[in-house]
Amino acid sequence: MTSQVSSPAEHADEADGARENGGAVGEQRAPRSGSAPRASHTSPTSPRSRTGHGPGPRDGSGAVPDGSERGESTRGEGESEKAVRRLDRVIIRFAGDSGDGMQLTGDRFTSETASFGNDLSTLPNFPAEIRAPAGTLPGVSSFQLHFADHDILTPGDAPNVLVAMNPAALKANIGDVPRGAEIIVNTDEFTKRPMAKVGYLTSPLEDGSLDGYQVHPVPLTTLTIEALKEFGLSRKEAERSKNMFALGLLSWMYNRPTEGTERFLRAKFAKKPQIAEANVTAFRAGWNFGETTEDFAVSYEVAPADSAFPTGTYRNISGNLALSYGLVAAGHQADLPVYLGSYPITPASDILHELSRHKNFGVRTFQAEDEIAAIGAALGAAFGGALAVTTTSGPGVALKSETIGLAVSLELPLLIVGIQRGGPSTGLPTKTEQADLLQAMYGRNGEAPVPVVAPQTPADCFDAALEAARIALTYRTPVFLLSDGYLANGSEPWRIPEPAELPDLRVPFATGPNHELPDGTEAFWPYKRDPETLARPWAVPGTPGLEHRIGGIEKQDGTGNISYDPANHDFMVRTRQAKVDGIQVPDLVVDDPDGARTLVLGWGSTYGPITAAVRRLRKNGTAIAQAHLRHLNPFPRNLGEILKRYDKVVVPEMNLGQLATLLRAEYLVDAHSYNQVNGMPFKAEQLATALKEAIDV
Amino acid sequence: MSDAIDTNELLTLVPKAQAKQSMKDFKSDQEVRWCPGCGDYAVLAAVQGFMPELGLAKENIVFVSGIGCSSRFPYYMNTYGMHSIHGRAPAIATGLATSRRDLSVWVVTGDGDALSIGGNHLIHALRRNVNLKILLFNNRIYGLTKGQYSPTSEVGKITKSTPMGSLDAPFNPVSLAIGAEASFVARTVDSDRKHLTEVLRRAAAHPGTALVEIYQNCNIFNDGAFEVLKDKERAEEAVIRLEHGQPIRFGADGSKGVVRDPATGDLEVVTVTAENESRILVHDAHTASPTTAFALSRLADPDTLHHTPIGVLRDVERPVYDTLMSDQLDTAVEQQGKGDLAKLLAGGDTWTVVG
Repeated sequence: MTSQVSSPAEHADEADGARENGGAVGEQRAPRSGSAPRASHTSPTSPRSRTGHGPGPRDGSGAVPDGSERGESTRGEGESEKAVRRLDRVIIRFAGDSGDGMQLTGDRFTSETASFGNDLSTLPNFPAEIRAPAGTLPGVSSFQLHFADHDILTPGDAPNVLVAMNPAALKANIGDVPRGAEIIVNTDEFTKRPMAKVGYLTSPLEDGSLDGYQVHPVPLTTLTIEALKEFGLSRKEAERSKNMFALGLLSWMYNRPTEGTERFLRAKFAKKPQIAEANVTAFRAGWNFGETTEDFAVSYEVAPADSAFPTGTYRNISGNLALSYGLVAAGHQADLPVYLGSYPITPASDILHELSRHKNFGVRTFQAEDEIAAIGAALGAAFGGALAVTTTSGPGVALKSETIGLAVSLELPLLIVGIQRGGPSTGLPTKTEQADLLQAMYGRNGEAPVPVVAPQTPADCFDAALEAARIALTYRTPVFLLSDGYLANGSEPWRIPEPAELPDLRVPFATGPNHELPDGTEAFWPYKRDPETLARPWAVPGTPGLEHRIGGIEKQDGTGNISYDPANHDFMVRTRQAKVDGIQVPDLVVDDPDGARTLVLGWGSTYGPITAAVRRLRKNGTAIAQAHLRHLNPFPRNLGEILKRYDKVVVPEMNLGQLATLLRAEYLVDAHSYNQVNGMPFKAEQLATALKEAIDV
Repeated sequence: MSDAIDTNELLTLVPKAQAKQSMKDFKSDQEVRWCPGCGDYAVLAAVQGFMPELGLAKENIVFVSGIGCSSRFPYYMNTYGMHSIHGRAPAIATGLATSRRDLSVWVVTGDGDALSIGGNHLIHALRRNVNLKILLFNNRIYGLTKGQYSPTSEVGKITKSTPMGSLDAPFNPVSLAIGAEASFVARTVDSDRKHLTEVLRRAAAHPGTALVEIYQNCNIFNDGAFEVLKDKERAEEAVIRLEHGQPIRFGADGSKGVVRDPATGDLEVVTVTAENESRILVHDAHTASPTTAFALSRLADPDTLHHTPIGVLRDVERPVYDTLMSDQLDTAVEQQGKGDLAKLLAGGDTWTVVG
């Protein structure tokens, strides 16, 4: 899988060939030895042919140019000759008003890019309001995409290209864009009022504040309306397609395949064929605009990232989709029906939406009246023998805490999927954070240990879901699967596994008595444990002879009857802890090619930025070891020994040091926290600097 | 088995008992730990006595409860059971019932459990019409926490937490259930074994959520709360026994009756005379509109319990959530075929990298 901690990068950094201003660098995802594989694109589109007809049918001769060297070539016979420059990677950010369709635009560009075979990583960033006041800074929605001809780990620090649909989008994003980058602005929106709304007293397009940038002023709105005049749409309706015009332009600039988008638009607006055609027309007009206008003298090519990927069939996938598929797959591999109890909450709702579409897999989804009922229903289904799941985010986890405690006491399998967002309280619903680790670990009354599993990349959410299900089913325990907003909405290529590669998650139900009483009669004891796993039997209603009662009151060891006996309680508390402590998890693997003295240890979605930062450091000759935790409870057995091996342990987290707190408590190690709690993932460059400082101190 | 129970088609999904059952089969080996004299004993005996009549395999029966005195109930039933957490039993039972249609799922709850901390789950279970039988033990007091007023206590109730009297108006659980779209609502009394059993029979026969409010005496913290309904002399005037298809009459020799006030449409209690006898309301539990059932539920005086209707107030057929959910799964298989994991994972735009 592409998500594992990799062995040392063969060539860590390829920034030199990229745009000089970019600041971001490419990072090797999963280096391969031997010869580079060939790519065969099953998607129906191929890169634009050299004859340059723009969108539409192509002659099929447009093979991927040999990517062995970068340089410029010229395109076309008998057309205006435009240079084509080859790049190894690009970071594009689409930014506009919440109503401008930037997420859709980004998604489409991503799909085009994925089907082309580039490696990619995305970062959607949008406000919590469905439609924040138009044209304001809080209403800006953006989508950043990093794609490359080699493997990459992050959505990139700084855009090479910013598409700004209005003054607010420019103002909100310009700070992230380095001088020299290209900025495509919709000049139609740069009129007095929209500019005044965000505090531009003079036009940034004219007052010199964009000096040093390559600004492309494009009247996107006017051009779109002009292109659609045949359709007889109102101005307002026609304007809506301006995002597709922009997408067309960018698709031309970066030689993206276009048929997928045209197909998508026709399917999306199948019931409104006129709107579908209008969007396709705007999309093509954008492409043709790039092709013909003098302002865009160069287009770019980023070759497929063939060598970055192991052999296999790939698709682009977001974290929440991968997680949903992981749950369906877990049900399949466990041969159990999946039951999801959920209450809508950002950023977890997508999982409810996705699973509700897979009823033909026997997946039941129950949208409950509240978070408590959602987990309650899931727990009821677990009692009945389902693979039970509840999905939520931080505030929902808080509401579910009592029921999680009940699940600990009942010792039934249950997956609690927490897609972390900014907190406390309602916090930042659409932004990412890792500040629910301690809530997952300790947020219950009494001694109520719960295993915690964390995915580290969007695609890895699939594997992490299967792993969480394995633990829940094998040990009959609730398990936290802690993803976050960045993983949930971000996306990357995923090598599609064959079902035969997936783990066997089947566990037996109890079928008969498991205990012999002193008088020789056979009995069923619901709390008589498996000596290896300490799991109790899963005896589901409908099994004759195993009728039993369980509850949240302390139970007598073995019989499960109510017991207030002090010694029994002490024993049961310790036994529940021992069960979780004894869960078998893989040893932690450290990537340390140079015998470093400093270890950087992370968990969850920081994997991409940390790995990128580590590659930068190593490229510059700094030795650093890296490890990343999938299992937060219990920790891998070898973690303590690993921590002792290093002089320094640095723990970057998107919280105020929650993993570091656990490490200090558990291993008496002087773990150094490096924290960022701004709702955004770490930037690789910033992290590299911080790690370097930590090493040098 | 009575004819009534046979009318519930959903019960055919639950396996039948192989051999004849007796009350003893439903008694667990656990010592019953309610206070001596508690009304819960009578309800337990009535339920254990009724179960053999139901004739279901006892391994396919599940009792789920919340927290409170009554919620210890599952421990005493030799079926599957879960004593869960405060107020959440309807939610947990919903997950079980909707995922396992071969089970007969019963919820045991109290006035605090169902109407205070768990009010949300109760109303939503009723609205969805999940196939649950909910037994709401109403003693109008918090017993397990030793005697605070409950959401069904009368206004001005003097308790440990309300030394100057409680301030809040009580819920009428039957009114609440009818307002929450319940398809079956009944009320009975712990000490009337025959009536209680008949109501259980009718509840079991109902496909969908059945809410049975059981007036239950807490002899420690609220003794005699329902005495007016039990004392033979006073009960005659206080209790309105509802029977489907029968004129609603009560009192000595049926001297009282319920009529509709033609001016307001509301119901009122009258002394039956030759003139008004023809206007006496005939109880129709199966009528689609909840209006009359609701009006009947409002006849009771919350303080004195005078004119308290007991019996089945409402019993109408409505689509059952579990069935609808199951049907959607079947439809999905019909329309898309049985789920193919490899196909699902490989959906969308893909590309292949070959070595």
